[in-house]
Amino acid sequence: MSHTAEEVRAQVKTYVTIFAILMVLTVVTVAVSYIDLPSITQRVGLALLVAGTKASLVAIFFMHLKGERQWVTYTLVLTSFFVVLVFGLPMWTDNDHIVGSSKVIWDAGVPVPELPGHEAEVGDEGAGH
Amino acid sequence: MDMEIPYTVEPRPDTGLTNPKLGIWLFLASEVMLFGGLFSSYVLLRSGADYWPNQADIVNIPLATLNTAVLISSSVTMVMAWASLKMNDFAKYKLYMGLTFLAGVGFLVIKTIEYNEKFSHDFYPSTNNFIGIYFLLTGLHAIHVIGGMVVNGFLWGPGAKMWKTAPEQFVNRVEVAGLYWHFVDLVWIFLFPVLYLL
Repeated sequence: MSHTAEEVRAQVKTYVTIFAILMVLTVVTVAVSYIDLPSITQRVGLALLVAGTKASLVAIFFMHLKGERQWVTYTLVLTSFFVVLVFGLPMWTDNDHIVGSSKVIWDAGVPVPELPGHEAEVGDEGAGH
Repeated sequence: MDMEIPYTVEPRPDTGLTNPKLGIWLFLASEVMLFGGLFSSYVLLRSGADYWPNQADIVNIPLATLNTAVLISSSVTMVMAWASLKMNDFAKYKLYMGLTFLAGVGFLVIKTIEYNEKFSHDFYPSTNNFIGIYFLLTGLHAIHVIGGMVVNGFLWGPGAKMWKTAPEQFVNRVEVAGLYWHFVDLVWIFLFPVLYLL
């Protein structure tokens, strides 16, 4: 997209407005993380909603996606498809794993707290002897 | 002998874009996949873990918030640098591009403080999966910041000579460098809540 000097002059105001909105949204990003939402899905959803809004503003206004040529859109549509795949495939696989295979992924070096169920099991074993 | 890259100023008739513009978007698409793959790994590591540390106990939220502000500010100065050239104001361009570069320096200084804090607490990539992927993602992002600073520094310094010889091509170079720089900002916008706040 080509911009004339006059168009750019008008856009400068928009840039400043978007900058202010992004700064406010940064505070919002931190603030919403303190909201005690009941589920992790809701917390992640809210955080990604704010981040997505910020990212869209950057892409639309600073990266001039607004009014950009079709070829850029094609590139992004194709990318979105593969992004869904790169996120989806591992998750779909993980949700359909062979029993115990998800145990491959664990935290090396982090002390794993005693799980209540696990403790009871050990206790039962001990009682058997 | 100069190798001329065609369509650096005039848009290519079939794509409607200059070649550098299409090129940078294709490159950014590949970057989306690079970071996307790692974000996806993060999700899988975390969802598959029996135990995940409380991230807020490890990371420094105030410093990361400050860095978010620094990076967003640098995106604005970057787009203002381009807009200044469009409005034929080279002095303003130098100012805004200089500020963009300095913001990059500021970001890296803050990042260094953050990393040192981790090391002083004996937090290394090998400590656990969270710290591992924290260093991987923020480190890869920091390398992108450095890469952008090299290009921005060139366009501020020696590369700015082109403004005299081929102004339109120079403006396009600044725009393309800007697209990359905004993308680096965009990645951070997602890294910040994911690694620091969730």
